[in-house]
Order: sequence, then C-alpha cells, then structure tokens
Amino acid sequence: MIGILTNHWSEFLSGFWNTILCSLIALFFSLILGVGFALLEVAPNKFGRAVAHVYIEIFRNIPLLVITMIFYLVVPQIWFKVSGFAAGTIGLTLYTSAFIAETVRAGINSVGDGQMEGARSNGMTYTQAMRYVILPQALKIVIPPLGNQFINLIKNSSVLAFVAGFDLMYQADVIAFSSFETINTYIVVGLFYLVLTLPLSYYMRHLEKKLA
Amino acid sequence: MAAIIEFKHVDKYYGKFHALKDINLSIEEGQVVSIIGPSGSGKSTLIRTMNGLERINSGKLMVTGYDLADKHTNLNKIRKNVGMVFQHFNLYDNHTVLENITLAPKIVLHRPEKENHDIAMNLLKKVCLEDKANMYPRQLSGGQKQRVAIARSLAMRPKAILFDEPTSALDPEMIQDVLDVMKYVADEGITMVVVTHEMGFAREVGDRLIFFDQGRILEDAKPEEFFEHPKTERARQFLSKVITEKLGG
Repeated sequence: MIGILTNHWSEFLSGFWNTILCSLIALFFSLILGVGFALLEVAPNKFGRAVAHVYIEIFRNIPLLVITMIFYLVVPQIWFKVSGFAAGTIGLTLYTSAFIAETVRAGINSVGDGQMEGARSNGMTYTQAMRYVILPQALKIVIPPLGNQFINLIKNSSVLAFVAGFDLMYQADVIAFSSFETINTYIVVGLFYLVLTLPLSYYMRHLEKKLA
Repeated sequence: MAAIIEFKHVDKYYGKFHALKDINLSIEEGQVVSIIGPSGSGKSTLIRTMNGLERINSGKLMVTGYDLADKHTNLNKIRKNVGMVFQHFNLYDNHTVLENITLAPKIVLHRPEKENHDIAMNLLKKVCLEDKANMYPRQLSGGQKQRVAIARSLAMRPKAILFDEPTSALDPEMIQDVLDVMKYVADEGITMVVVTHEMGFAREVGDRLIFFDQGRILEDAKPEEFFEHPKTERARQFLSKVITEKLGG
C-alpha cells in the first residue's frame, strides 16, 4: 500500500488538488445559490417562490451524474465547450445548491413568525428583518445540516471521474487499472478523502458548539 | 383632539369567515382604549389591522394619517409611529436586551449611537431592568421580557402603542410589574389600544372600553359605566362569568 502511494505520488497529489479545487469552487457558489434560492422560496413574492421551487425540485431530484453529463455532453453541442472539470464542478454546484436551499429554507421557517412580526411592527423593512433578526438565527440552526451538505459535496466531487475531471477518483481509476492493485489503490484514495472530510466535520461540530 | 386611528365600515374576512363586521371606531390622540371580549371574538384581529399585520377587505382605515385600505401605503411609515407589544413578547432572540431596544432606532430612524444608547438605558431604568442590559431574552422571565418589549416600542418614540394581550402569557405574580409599566406609558400621554383580560387595568387606567363579540363592537363606553351598567345582555353574561372565575380561582 505504501508502494502504491510512493509510486504514484504525483498522480495522487494532482488528483487531490483537483478535488480540493472543485470542492472549494462548488462550495462557494452552491452556498450563494442555495441561500439565494432559500430567500426566494420564503419571499412574499409568488413568482419568486415559484421560480425557486422549480429550480430546487429539478436539481434535487435528478442524479448528480445526469446533471454533470448534460453539461459535459449536451451543452457543448448547442452552446459552448465545457471541460470535464468545469462540467463536473457546475453539476456539483447546482446539485448541492438545491439541497442547501432546502436546508436554509427549513432553518428560516423554524425561526418562527413572531420574530418577523416583532421586527416589522418595530418599523423594520422585510429585508432589514431578514438580515438582522431572522437570518442570524436561521444560520445557527442550519449549521449542523449544512455541515452534512459540505461533506457530501466533497465526496460527490468524485463525479469528476466520469467526465475526465482529473480528480482523486479519476486518478485512482487510472492507477488501479494500470497497476492491478485495485483494492490498495481505493483504500489509499479513501484515506485522501478522509483527510479532507474529517477536519471539516470536526470544524463544523466546533462551530456548532461555539455558536450555541 | 384629532383621531389617530379611525375605522369606517371596515370588514375583514378569512376565506368565508367574517372576522370583523362593519367596524366604526375613532380613537383620539392620548386615549387609552381597552378592548375586552370572549376568546375568538376577533379582538386580536381588530388590533392587528391597526398596524397592517392583517389587511382589511373593505371600508376605510386611517392610522396616523395613512390609509391602510390602500395597498400602496408604505406600512413602515405607520409602524414607525405605532408600536406593538405581543402576547408572546417576540423579542429578538439573537440580540441582547439593550440591542433589542436600540436595533430599530438605529437602522430605521438612524439615531446617533450615543443618543440611542442613552435613550435605551434610560428606558431600561424606567422598566427597572438596567442590570439586564447585556443579557439575552432567553435568560429573562416572562414579565421581564414583556417590560423589555414595551421599552423596545417606546424607544421608537411612537404616537401610539398596540398591546395584544400583553399579560395573558404571564405568571400571576409577574402581571403587576407589566401593568405598572403600562400605567407609566399611559401617563406619558401615548395613545394605547389594549386587548386585555385584566379588568382592573381596563377600569382604572383605561379612558374607554370596547366590548367586542363575534366580530362586532357591542359596547363602547366609559369603563365605570360599562362595569356598573352594561347595556347588552351579552356583556352582562361575559362580566358575570369573568367575576365568578375570579372568585372561583
């Protein structure tokens, strides 16, 4: 197992790097999209709610692989060229954002109407009430489930392997097929994922305690 | 005195349910108006229309010069002048007691920080909670929370404050402290509309009493007059029930 690691160190490392890069990009944009669509879903505006609803139901209910394949195979035919890495990252972002939107919406709903009524009766606009009263409370509630989404996101980035995205899983497939040390290779790759997900999961737990 | 709140033939429906029926009511500046009546009679709905938390379906409702029947009226303009105190306090759980009071004046009125802080601390002193300034709402008792909520409303320097059953969720021994603060608000000359089950407050502090049942104003009288000589049979029944409950309890 050590042999596999030392013989293919550079492949593993480049895969590791691509996995981190894809995860960071997807995390950043899925968080923005997710919070945005969550706000739209609880907004008083009916049209906004409908748009958010359609978006969330589409991306939540289609397999990540299908979304990614659409960006990898279909979009280039009708629109612009997309690399495997980009297709996978876009797919992962959209897919995760739908789950984050649902998580954040549930958090906002659990804050309770009284807080909004209190703030509005105090003269605040809807936006001010959201920003200063509702969202800070919702965010606190939402941290543990959000941590789950982030961990899922990192693991789901392995979808890049299907579209030649040169991530950890892609490198693992290549190494396994060329060296015939299939089991050892996937064990090593599992350890690489743990290096990313374990600290994250501890950090989220720490954050949860700190803000409680 | 000019009317600060004026209902003219106001109706309100929830689906097919007729919650407010042809309400005509004019409240003058500085008046303390108590609204009493059985549960489910529409008292809360009535008071919640006064700052636009509930929209009316027909008629005319003017509050501090703004027309609440008009969908284009900016409700925030009314709410700057008309505070509200709720049965369940609705303090901001993520802010300290002091921040609860200073938040709206800061972001809505853009009151300078020093002045804002001084006004808030002064109000906390008035409600005897200066020592709780840096605590969070969850660390307070119900009565303390309600006094903070009243201070929060006062900090906006409103013309009127609406009280929606302010003592109904409190332990009996907490009620008096809140009523004392409400008495102070009345003495300040602020218009008050109070949905309440506290007959003592309605009688001693109120200038005017409205008996409400099944979405209608049944009586509108001076408190003593109402308690001594209720005009309607429904009010007599209600009063005798409230009095026997008090004695029995």
